[in-house]
Amino acid sequence: MPSITREEVAHLAKLSRMELSDAELDHFAGQLDAIVGAVARVGELPTEDVPPTSHAQPLTNVFRADVVRPAGTPILDREEVLAQAPAAEDDRFRVPRILGED
Amino acid sequence: MSTSASGSDVTRRTAADLAAAIASGELTSVEVTQAHLDRIAKVDEKVHAFLHVDAEGALAAAAAVDAKRAAGERLGPLAGVPLALKDVFTTRGIPTTCGSKILEGWLPPYDATVTRRLREADVVILGKTNMDEFAMGSSTENSAYGPTRNPWDLERIPGGSGGGSAASLAAFQAPLAIGTDTGGSIRQPGAVTGTVGVKPTYGGVSRYGLVAFSSSLDQGGPCARTVLDAALLHEAIAGYDPLDSTSIDAPVPPVVEAARLGASEGVRGLRIGVVKQFDGEGYAPGVRQRFRESVDLLAELGAEIVEIDAPSFDYALPAYYLIAPSECSSNLARFDAMRYGLRVGDDGTRSAEEVTALTREAGFGAEVKRRIMLGTYALSSGYYDAYYGQAQKVRTLIIRDFDRAFERADVLVSPTTPTTAFKIGERADDPMAMYLADLCTIPTNLAGNAGMSVPCGLAPEDGLPVGFQILAPALKDDRLYRVGAALEAALQDRWGHPILEEVPAL
Repeated sequence: MPSITREEVAHLAKLSRMELSDAELDHFAGQLDAIVGAVARVGELPTEDVPPTSHAQPLTNVFRADVVRPAGTPILDREEVLAQAPAAEDDRFRVPRILGED
Repeated sequence: MSTSASGSDVTRRTAADLAAAIASGELTSVEVTQAHLDRIAKVDEKVHAFLHVDAEGALAAAAAVDAKRAAGERLGPLAGVPLALKDVFTTRGIPTTCGSKILEGWLPPYDATVTRRLREADVVILGKTNMDEFAMGSSTENSAYGPTRNPWDLERIPGGSGGGSAASLAAFQAPLAIGTDTGGSIRQPGAVTGTVGVKPTYGGVSRYGLVAFSSSLDQGGPCARTVLDAALLHEAIAGYDPLDSTSIDAPVPPVVEAARLGASEGVRGLRIGVVKQFDGEGYAPGVRQRFRESVDLLAELGAEIVEIDAPSFDYALPAYYLIAPSECSSNLARFDAMRYGLRVGDDGTRSAEEVTALTREAGFGAEVKRRIMLGTYALSSGYYDAYYGQAQKVRTLIIRDFDRAFERADVLVSPTTPTTAFKIGERADDPMAMYLADLCTIPTNLAGNAGMSVPCGLAPEDGLPVGFQILAPALKDDRLYRVGAALEAALQDRWGHPILEEVPAL
């Protein structure tokens, strides 16, 4: 199994949308390497014919009828929701630019 | 023996007893609630079980219960009784932080189903309890707001992630609390604080409004000082919820009846399986001793003891630390600084992506960052089969071992956690050492069945509480209460008092 290098941590941080400091990259590299080394033990068990379990409960799709919900069903209040946003404008969430300048 | 133990002290009484006193008019809910608020004001500086105390809301809810009673309305079995709610459940208009800086000051626009059911049952919510950030941890040291301290020894951890809920019970700040258990976060804090904690069958209690960490494992449940109180709370919060698509549409197991039956009739004829894998190196001598004594006691009470071999359980911990971080890396993607919570670096020049990355850097603590990256790693192409995929297969083997075990035994038992409460700071920067605290509790989460921790004494070497874990098949939660109540009654007979009478005065 590959070891987790500082460069790999930087890549994982980028994929995870976290701007880690240099000190954190050093610190996490050693720790993640130790953790991955320990959890790799799952490979010791023979599992050729074993199906994976993603969920302990044998549920397939759970549908509800496509009807207007009865009164009392929680519906979020727009004002209340926007009051908790980092920034709001014209009854909408205000977000930083999403597209590049060019 | 505690000097402050006194039958007349309202905060020492059980929830069942307080509910009866309120229903009979011996006490008002306002009196009971005020006594607990006073206790919180007196001791929480030392314990730090609460992140937010809602004195005004609690007293208003209590007054409403008293008004109902005065009007002759029939009250529910926990009406007027105060409770401490883990800060991972949304409470409309009341701060909900999940122990994270990224949600500091957030006022949720809706109540979790658990919150709503508590209100409907006339339970009085005192406030929100401290926890490891997003429920990731076994000590409450990962809270962004500072650790909770164990009332048995303020230098030690109260367990985690629900250390605040468990400590509030042991410090007599609340007779009831709610926790969540993804890998042991209800049961392990229960064990190290001498309190009772139950992880119901997955899907037994709604996850709507429970801020998600690992969706296939997270489960809310009751925390209390007695098995009967836990059962009463279990019935108040459990049951089908159309707002949670993984909620089980089946009757709630008869847990209150089972708790009463266990206390009166015991465990005669029940088959109790001792899991061979949860013993040996790494288990403290006092934990092993109190566990063995409890098994012997159950045998004396007429239970049949069988040994259970579940070899895949040795691989539950590594499988969990692949599955839970994988799900966490996906769930916590919602904290993107756009719709709620913290936003850092939005100076008009930075892109949304840059603002998200700066916010997550500033808002998440070290353990959350570690798990997000570990999950991202386990799910990445090239590593997926060896890590996440393989962990899912191990999960199947664990479920098969449980199925085989429950053919031979009605319940399985083990120590809840290998050691008593460790010192604050002792494992803080050693993730693998910290993870070992959940060694015995994790298999149940992976299999989706039910588990309880009930106090079984103090370890002779350090005088700290030891937890006895009971596991039952899915939807057979009542068996936990039958065995837990029987053990609790027999041990109290032996000791002459409840274990929490021995907690030092704060």
